[in-house]
Amino acid sequence: MVPTNYYVILSAILFGLGVFAFVFKRNIITIFMSIELMLNAVNLAFVAFSQALGKLDGQVFVLFVIVVAAAEAAVGLGIIILIARNRQTLNVERVDLLKL
Amino acid sequence: MTAPLVVFFVLAGLAVIGAVSLILQKHPIHSALSLIVVMIALAGLYLLLGAEFVAAVQIIIYGGAIMVLFVLVIMLLNAGVEEHTSISKMAGAPGLLLVVALAGLVAATIVRSTDSVLSTSQAGDMSSTLEISNMLFKDFVYPFELTSFLILVAVLGAMVLAQREKS
Amino acid sequence: MNSFLTTNAELLITLVKIALLLFIVLTVNAYLTWFERKVVAHMQSRWGPHRVGPHGLLQPLADGVKFLFKEDPTPAGVDKFVYYLAPLLALALALTGIALIPFGPDPIRLFGHDIYLGIAPPDVNIGILALFAITAMGVYGVALAGWSSNSKYPLMGGLRSSAQMISYELALTMSVVGVLLMAGSFNLKKIIEAQGHHPEWGILGWNIWPQILGFFCFFVAAIAETNRAPFDLPEAESELVAGFHTEYASFKFAMFFIAEYTSMITVSCLCSIMFFGGWLSPFPASWTFTHYFPSAILIPFGVWVIWDGLRYETIFGRIILPGMGTAIAGLGAVLVLLPGVNLFIQGPFWLLLKILIFLFVYVWMRGTLPRFRYDQLMSFGWKLLLPLSIVNVIVTSFVILAKMTWGAK
Repeated sequence: MVPTNYYVILSAILFGLGVFAFVFKRNIITIFMSIELMLNAVNLAFVAFSQALGKLDGQVFVLFVIVVAAAEAAVGLGIIILIARNRQTLNVERVDLLKL
Repeated sequence: MTAPLVVFFVLAGLAVIGAVSLILQKHPIHSALSLIVVMIALAGLYLLLGAEFVAAVQIIIYGGAIMVLFVLVIMLLNAGVEEHTSISKMAGAPGLLLVVALAGLVAATIVRSTDSVLSTSQAGDMSSTLEISNMLFKDFVYPFELTSFLILVAVLGAMVLAQREKS
Repeated sequence: MNSFLTTNAELLITLVKIALLLFIVLTVNAYLTWFERKVVAHMQSRWGPHRVGPHGLLQPLADGVKFLFKEDPTPAGVDKFVYYLAPLLALALALTGIALIPFGPDPIRLFGHDIYLGIAPPDVNIGILALFAITAMGVYGVALAGWSSNSKYPLMGGLRSSAQMISYELALTMSVVGVLLMAGSFNLKKIIEAQGHHPEWGILGWNIWPQILGFFCFFVAAIAETNRAPFDLPEAESELVAGFHTEYASFKFAMFFIAEYTSMITVSCLCSIMFFGGWLSPFPASWTFTHYFPSAILIPFGVWVIWDGLRYETIFGRIILPGMGTAIAGLGAVLVLLPGVNLFIQGPFWLLLKILIFLFVYVWMRGTLPRFRYDQLMSFGWKLLLPLSIVNVIVTSFVILAKMTWGAK
């Protein structure tokens, strides 16, 4: 069997890569995707611990995280569409002033 | 090198390659495709952990709905190739080191504190779906109803945001 | 060599099953195109393909050769990776769906191993859910194909088609929940066994009677999901050139084609498994004389093919058709003579018959019904089909709750 530590290390690696993408990419949609990557890394840790401890609470929590991520993606992408319509750019470095 | 270990390394490698590709690709649609690869690899890992319902839900909702939303928005907005400014290139290397330090710190903390809990073999007579639904509708019924309300709010919000301007 | 075979027996059996099923599915696809062209033509009072081989039976072969030899241009300015990925993705997902379907209840015992009919083992506890996962991913083939073609009509067709597929996916999954509540499991084998709970009821035990609303919602949503007529606006020729696969030429277009027909076959399998009893016979189990039904169909059909072949116009037809007829009649005769094989073949025979009937209904709808307009299509999916499937779930849950509260009736 695969030790739980391996899953936790993989989850930490994915989370770190998500943080890197969040900080260093400039396209707003790619930044949003890195948030989803971080959420997925956390989900992996939850499921790994749920299997290690033999309880199903972890998996139920993963379902809730997925649902919340779906709701957040819907609203977030709506906001992104509005920003793109108003500023005609998807580069976050150009959307740094309140003035249009 | 048992079979589960080999499968784990293959899926883990796929996930990490997908995540690195998300960072390195220039066009957002390629980043989206890499993220889909990561999600499918994670669904495979959930299957390896015996969480079959969560794996199916991951593919249906994350891979089949959320990422489709991302891909459609990228298509609609006609997102092009990313531009590079000089600052971001300079900050890349120290940033990478710091991220590695962060990830290493998180991993080391958890690994030390759990005393290498070996994964117990789950002898599931009932399928995980039955047990999860028992828990969801008995112990967690209040958060369940709240999430349905949350989705309703999100749907309404998305519809309001996407309206055409009344002009 | 022998020890290698014995230690990896399961793997080798699965690989052989995959190769066999792939070959069978691709051949069935090819002849499904022949079937569709013939049936639609006869509905329109014309003949359809009838020159390329007896009764046009070699037409799919000719089409295949044409697809292989036609020029395969790549338009300028396309995103090469996504352009080549989209048809591959569509085809791979469609073929993966077939792997989850069980084609028969009993395994074949060979060399001490149980070989089940169907690639996935029978204890996959999330059978239906996995199939829906694969269907949900099928949107990508269409959306990416439309976008990567660097042209307006495919982009519009791809966006419309993917919006249609996502909308009808909801109605598709909700309409199945009634069946799942009655069966108590996602496992396809257990769904069929729940319908065979009373073997004496035969056809009256099938899920179609309590779930008629669910079946209607599922079938209509599945037709919209596979982009078939009357929901094929995004790929109709008069509307958007050819929709999302305009810029795809010979072999890549063939891949989309095969993907569409394979998902048609998968949906027909699902309909027959979930609502029509799968491999259960419509006759009560005590009527054992109905075990000769397959032979009773195959032998007269074979004899008719021989008789028709002997009067055919071309010499080629006069040789091939009686040969085919003898094979069919011989198969029927073998089933009569070997009772063990006959008992084994009952389940798969009924399942295949039901699948054929559903494929005929698919083609029938294509030949008969006019196309939906896009806004009619979307309002039909969201305002009629989804509420109906939710009503189905509510009513089914109440009936099951009533049964549980007031004892089993």
